[in-house]
Amino acid sequence: MSPASGRVRFGVVVFPGSNCDTDAHHAISTFPDATAQYLWHKDTDLAGVDAVILPGGFSYGDYLRCGAIARFSPIMQAVRDFAADGGLVIGICNGFQILVESGLLPGGLLRNMGLKFVCRYVNLRVENPATPFTHTCREGDLLRIIVKHNEGNYAVDPTTLAQMKARGQIVLRYADAHGKLTPAANPNGSVENIAGICNETFNVFGMMPHPENSVEAHMAGGTDGRTIFQAMIDSALGRAEVKA
Amino acid sequence: MNVRVYVTPKKGILDPQGATVERALPNLGFSGVSDVRIGKFIEFRLDPPPGTTLEQARATVDEMCRKLLANPIIEDFTFTVDEG
Repeated sequence: MSPASGRVRFGVVVFPGSNCDTDAHHAISTFPDATAQYLWHKDTDLAGVDAVILPGGFSYGDYLRCGAIARFSPIMQAVRDFAADGGLVIGICNGFQILVESGLLPGGLLRNMGLKFVCRYVNLRVENPATPFTHTCREGDLLRIIVKHNEGNYAVDPTTLAQMKARGQIVLRYADAHGKLTPAANPNGSVENIAGICNETFNVFGMMPHPENSVEAHMAGGTDGRTIFQAMIDSALGRAEVKA
Repeated sequence: MNVRVYVTPKKGILDPQGATVERALPNLGFSGVSDVRIGKFIEFRLDPPPGTTLEQARATVDEMCRKLLANPIIEDFTFTVDEG
């Protein structure tokens, strides 16, 4: 399904406590073939958008567990239906936490191994370039993007992890500057340096790092985040050959 | 009924908080401590419809734990339900 207007409409869901919603909205506005609009967590439909962003932040104060309460927001039923229908959903940081709590992605996100909030650049190695979120990359490409989180330690049971690897659901891993998966390159203790994963149908994607903070050459942060959104735009416009 | 729910990191998942506390205790002279797990304690009153048995109440609490109070993918939970 290709957007009639020729521009991809992104919906950025705003939960109480979201704080990267404006950044995500702005990031999308830097693409000529995309527009962004906010969707309030109490809305019960997605206003016809072509793709959904669950932004970073501290939805509901991270009470109980990160993302645990946001999962029950009225809009999440619409997001679940949209995802079940094949719609593109990206969850960034707290958005990733909401996706795992919702069961839209496997596994869980624990407190960082070092027990500290981490805020630094990481190198992300593209493990699967055949997704709607990474088809603009080649396997092994490194993206330099920031992380800023306290609970980004990805955990999943070994059986599920093996299935995910076999299907290619591990999309991004933390690597050093040479692309090696070292413990030092892993900012939070995630199993097998996992930074971003897809669901089985490759239309729901969660990542802890923040591509929306790396979209403009004149700003600190570089532009490596653009490729993720460009891939989504191309996918939504039907311009990309995406294996799923 | 009084309900007490204990949520801990799932067995097999490394608990960095527990490990840190475990390393700190010997420094204070407390020896022989192992398997420290740090989790959450949740207590609440439950007033089920009249005629609800303790068994039914326990089933309800179990469902609450699985659906919200704990995340069974990363956490274990136990609970007690007392009349009163």
